[in-house]
Amino acid sequence: MHPAFSVVFFTTATGAGYGLLALLGVLGPLGFIAPDFWPGFVGMGLALGLIAAGLLSSTGHLGRPERAWRAFSQWRSSWLSREGVASVATFIPAGLFGLGWVILGRLDGWVAAAGLLAAICAVITVCMTGMIYASLKPVAQWHSPYTLPGYLVFSAMSGCVLMNALLQGFALASKTLLAASVLLTLLGWGWKLATWRHNDRLEIPTNANTATGLAGGTVRSLEWPHTEENYLLKEMGFRIARKHAAKLRLITQALAFGVPILLLVAALALPWPIAALVSALAAIVQFAGMLVERWLFFAEAKHTVMLYYGR
Amino acid sequence: MTCLPSHTDKRLGLVIDLDTCVGCQACVTACKEWNTGGHMGPLTDIDPYGGHVDGVWFNRVHSYEHVTEMGGRTVNFPRSCLHCETPACVTVCPTGASYKRASDGIVLIDEDKCIGCKLCSWACPYGAREFDTDVGVMKKCTLCVDRIYNDNLAEGDRVPACVAACPTSARHFGDLGDPQSPISHLVAERGGVDLMPELGYRPTNKYLPPRAHTQRAASVPAKALEPVRAEGGFLGWVDRMLSS
Repeated sequence: MHPAFSVVFFTTATGAGYGLLALLGVLGPLGFIAPDFWPGFVGMGLALGLIAAGLLSSTGHLGRPERAWRAFSQWRSSWLSREGVASVATFIPAGLFGLGWVILGRLDGWVAAAGLLAAICAVITVCMTGMIYASLKPVAQWHSPYTLPGYLVFSAMSGCVLMNALLQGFALASKTLLAASVLLTLLGWGWKLATWRHNDRLEIPTNANTATGLAGGTVRSLEWPHTEENYLLKEMGFRIARKHAAKLRLITQALAFGVPILLLVAALALPWPIAALVSALAAIVQFAGMLVERWLFFAEAKHTVMLYYGR
Repeated sequence: MTCLPSHTDKRLGLVIDLDTCVGCQACVTACKEWNTGGHMGPLTDIDPYGGHVDGVWFNRVHSYEHVTEMGGRTVNFPRSCLHCETPACVTVCPTGASYKRASDGIVLIDEDKCIGCKLCSWACPYGAREFDTDVGVMKKCTLCVDRIYNDNLAEGDRVPACVAACPTSARHFGDLGDPQSPISHLVAERGGVDLMPELGYRPTNKYLPPRAHTQRAASVPAKALEPVRAEGGFLGWVDRMLSS
């Protein structure tokens, strides 16, 4: 599948944003953070900024973005529509939570309720994003039990690492949060390795025989219907050389998981201003790594239509 | 609404005979010609006379070599929308632009509602939908809705353009929901198959597999042709000299 940057950035940014929002919404009301102005302002600004930037980026994928409002109508059948509805609905409790925290300076009562509701909405929205891909039968690498948990794990992971960087920045360091960031990054690493292992061993019943209805023997593509690349080949026929895939997988592992874990462990031992810088660096490196991971998520996915082209 | 109708009164569709298709591309050009001015038109061509020709087509003909223990053969394979009974391209549509008609089962797009998110083309395993980069919306086969119900056409012409154009009658149109229709009989007789049945899209269109190999054809090539009468002149003389 063609890895359109608008969609790669969209899923990565909103994943991190919703993860951070969910953590702020839960940890704020639990008394983990004091209802001070700056942590609330920067934290909620970062979370909602990432979400809004991602959602705006996703409209860059549309042929007719001015009609995007129509996408809220078909939530009964379409995961994409459900995602649209959930993402916009999340802004209501998130906005109230942010106002309560930043303007009123409180994290109790209705503000706490709004925070918890925002966290629930954030988790639901990430699930909807995951299901868009997990529900597509023609792409076996996506239509797999690994897809939806993967989106949730990566959202929690990048959200937690961002949360840690945020608190470290305000000298509100928490060993628990640091440890949680390391553990979630390890979990993300393990999940990605397991997903790749699953995809590499994938044996799907769909092949050139079932695609053409020609039973038995071998079916080899002699001639395409066209000499130039068409929409199908550009959109669904994206291929990367296997050697690049292997290198990119290594880069993903280093940037998204390996280096952030080293930096976070170092932050555990370092004094405050340096620990904060190192934590911020971990979040930035991980975000870059997740962009590569998401690029591969698309680039390595194979669509059944390519069977007609002998690819 | 992108929810699917629980029942369609008819199941209009195509039956494509892989035994008789000669890969002449007449259906492809007839489809383009009719539909570029039809319901889903235009079928935009990008850079049609340049080095990177691209454009929207509803029907594409592939050629395959099918080799079994009985031997090998070339199979020409027209590929277009199968108007599935459970088309995921419809249910994934976030705007309601894609729909399946309850009256005849045809899968259509309302171009005015399409936002061009391309998700329907991802959801179709058969590559039936093609994006029009010029207009910014998705396009697909309409089963020539503007022909098959068109009172201005002679009754015999009220079939999809691809069916009307086929010189070998490899394409058939009719109601596959009616077991007594000629097209259903044809499917039953020839053992028509679904494409990618394992994915569960339940395509309406059926493909008739090529008939089994037979021994009826001449097993040895004919003798080389001899000239009817001896050549005269210089070349004739050379021929006679060399032949003696």
